[in-house]
Amino acid sequence: MFVVVVGGGKVGVSVTRTLLALGHELALVEQEQARYERLEEEFQHRAIHGDGTEIFVLEAAGLGRPPDILVAVTGDDEDNIVICQLAREKYDVPKVIARVNDPRNEQHFDLLGISPTVSATSMVLALVEHEVPQHELVHLLELRKENLEIVEVEIKKSSSAAGKKVEDLHLPPTARLISVVRDGRAEIAVGSTELHAGDQVLAILEPGSEDDLKSVLLSS
Amino acid sequence: MLARELPGNRGTTLPGQPSSLPPVKALIVGVGRVGSAVAGRLRNAGWEVVVIDESEEALGRLGPNWPGEFHLGHGMDTSVLEQAGIAGADAFVASTDGDNTNIVIAQVAKRRYEVPAVAARILDPARADFYSGRGFAVVSPTKTAIAELSESVLAAGSD
Repeated sequence: MFVVVVGGGKVGVSVTRTLLALGHELALVEQEQARYERLEEEFQHRAIHGDGTEIFVLEAAGLGRPPDILVAVTGDDEDNIVICQLAREKYDVPKVIARVNDPRNEQHFDLLGISPTVSATSMVLALVEHEVPQHELVHLLELRKENLEIVEVEIKKSSSAAGKKVEDLHLPPTARLISVVRDGRAEIAVGSTELHAGDQVLAILEPGSEDDLKSVLLSS
Repeated sequence: MLARELPGNRGTTLPGQPSSLPPVKALIVGVGRVGSAVAGRLRNAGWEVVVIDESEEALGRLGPNWPGEFHLGHGMDTSVLEQAGIAGADAFVASTDGDNTNIVIAQVAKRRYEVPAVAARILDPARADFYSGRGFAVVSPTKTAIAELSESVLAAGSD
């Protein structure tokens, strides 16, 4: 595969190094002179110096071929958006991956159809949320393109769902249970699976139906 | 250009004209040399002008008696845009010193908030070309300078 990485910070360098080791062809674009010089020592001709939102710089990196994937991981969200728009719309790059630095900007990436995005802050927050027990419903994975999300709910002693079979729950039509983890063992949730207090239930649902799911699984 | 795209140029209450219609409202993000002058001109045309800038020094550029609203913040921040009233704005000018910021916030104003008239300053001629024809006006001072400088020299040379 031919991959162009824009942004030679820690993320960009690690991605480049790893993909090179796997035998892929890479170009890494970095704007800052001093940083570019260090990258050139390691990556030689694969390091390209310049502003990755400038069309002539992108062309020097080989966007015209085009690459199979473009990875926009600069520290600037506006730049990452523009790089991805140029890659996709001007050069027909089939796949773009963008880094979101400020999670509040994720909505702008969504609005402009730039996906998938990776946000370290959002991931850390999601992991923290996973560890905080007072959150009744933990978001584990967002499948934004598919408009689905996977969540985890712990069945409480007081929940009316405790002791019931999955087939007897009145689940909203926009949600399905995937699996049940009990005492560290997971099983796929089928109609005859009985829920108990303390079970960790994974569910897939359409965003917006969280409250309906919560009321089925958690209300007493 | 903005005024032409708006119905009837509402806010320009000339003497003797009924002023029952609310003034045209413009949001300007980035009030450097360009943005502050644009703000002043729209204001003089009777428009309600709200400006947003990252730095409080920008307020100084608007003059000592700036009568309009000033919001401190970044144009990428939707809470700042919403506080400044982007939802009810008739016009939006992206005139920060960052091409890519202007490109992104102009698209946000147009597509998310459906502001009728949106204009963005894009210095880089290549990006200016790429983003034209997307429902917002692209103004490239660099392209204008290139055209005018070459024309004036060519004209002088052929005298």
